[in-house]
Amino acid sequence: MQREYDVIVAGAGIVGTAIAYGLAGYDKRVLMLDGADRDYRAAKANFGLVWVQGKGYRYPEYHRLSAAAADAWPEFAAGLEAETGISLDYQTGSGLKFCLSDDELSARAKMLDAWEAETPELAPSVRILDRSELARRYPTMRLGPDVVGASLGEQDGQANPLRLLAALQAAFQRRGGMVRNGHPVTSIKPLAGGGFEVKTSEQTARAERVVIAAGLGSVALGRMIGLDVPLHPERGQILVTERLAPVLPVPASGLRQTGEGTVMIGVTQEDVGYDLSTTSAAAVRMTRKALRILPELGKARLVRQWSCLRVMTPDGYPVYASSQMYPGAEIATCHSGVTLASFHAGPYAQALASGRHLQTLNAFPLERFNVSKNQSPQHTTADALH
Amino acid sequence: MFRKISPPSTPPLTLSIDGKSVTAERGETVASVMMRQADPSCRHTPVHGSSRAPFCMMGVCFDCLAIVDGASSTQTCLVPVAEGMCVERQLGRPKVAS
Repeated sequence: MQREYDVIVAGAGIVGTAIAYGLAGYDKRVLMLDGADRDYRAAKANFGLVWVQGKGYRYPEYHRLSAAAADAWPEFAAGLEAETGISLDYQTGSGLKFCLSDDELSARAKMLDAWEAETPELAPSVRILDRSELARRYPTMRLGPDVVGASLGEQDGQANPLRLLAALQAAFQRRGGMVRNGHPVTSIKPLAGGGFEVKTSEQTARAERVVIAAGLGSVALGRMIGLDVPLHPERGQILVTERLAPVLPVPASGLRQTGEGTVMIGVTQEDVGYDLSTTSAAAVRMTRKALRILPELGKARLVRQWSCLRVMTPDGYPVYASSQMYPGAEIATCHSGVTLASFHAGPYAQALASGRHLQTLNAFPLERFNVSKNQSPQHTTADALH
Repeated sequence: MFRKISPPSTPPLTLSIDGKSVTAERGETVASVMMRQADPSCRHTPVHGSSRAPFCMMGVCFDCLAIVDGASSTQTCLVPVAEGMCVERQLGRPKVAS
């Protein structure tokens, strides 16, 4: 039966918009329903890293997915910029993880060796730099005396997540997609004969297929299509400085300078439920670490501290699931919406549009959280983050 | 554009703005001294580089930022002048790296 839309995407954050943008490029009639402005939006506190190094340690399929997404980013970014005229401030080729003791550096080297060994088919992309190599490579960077070295990921980079979201939304609409803001989905009803009826407080729409990419809101929406996704919020706090002349030429884990010149200082990983408070304890810890890396940041003014909630599965890795009960209903959720944006807009959207199954997704089933059937050890969030 | 209404009641002190000596009255703020200069601007904005002069004079608008004795992004409307103070207009993004 013909429906008014081919696909309805529930959720207009970076994940939902990337999928919708991709689908609209395959001539699909797509309606994207965005929630309320005050919703928990992970993108509000996104750090803007396109990151691979260390990701998916002991879960090599996630390493492979992240590496493929990072490889696809330059073309993805160029296409999006050409379509919208919005610069994403995308930069790639190196990302650093600073180490502040010999023990930390050797542990980092050992972990990354083991991490690379898990994916022998991928070209090596990380190297360990000692302090003198760092100084030689980045002569303008005034490192604190505690920095003994860093791991450098050649696939790592950064982008402006706010511009990414704006560009994806603009390009989606330019491709003919329809977006409704302030339309949180209230019900998803499978229709007899296939397809779905999706309701918001304002509107009812029908589509052949539904994709749920609503961040933490995906828990409630998933149940409507028989998918019980165990997501929990993890609070991340960020500090930001005033706009400064260049101090950090490449992005680092928890520390990056944006194209506008502000320096973002992170991060926290807190299990505090749905609480967006900021804490002075976190501010002290984050600034202290940032000052050990770049002492001259002490002369900069901090202008803001805020927090947001990451969307975490129990093991920190993505879930891509199709409803068995209601074919045509999908759910996509992940923590790394920026890194994986090229994947969501590319292969993921292409597979959805063509109706073909994507082998890549087999590694991220929802069933892995069914503990009665699967007793494999739980990974920590830190593994997933890098 | 701005001038003092009454002559200073105490002996003036001297500070420098971009290397040029100027006189000020004890107790007034750096921002008020800057507003009396032929060029009343204290900074250029970080992105577009447009001129800004002190505005609110009470610590809330952050338009009066300048470099005071080496400290960038200082709210000059909150800092009283001192003898020998070295004030520099802040042109664009401040440099924290030496």
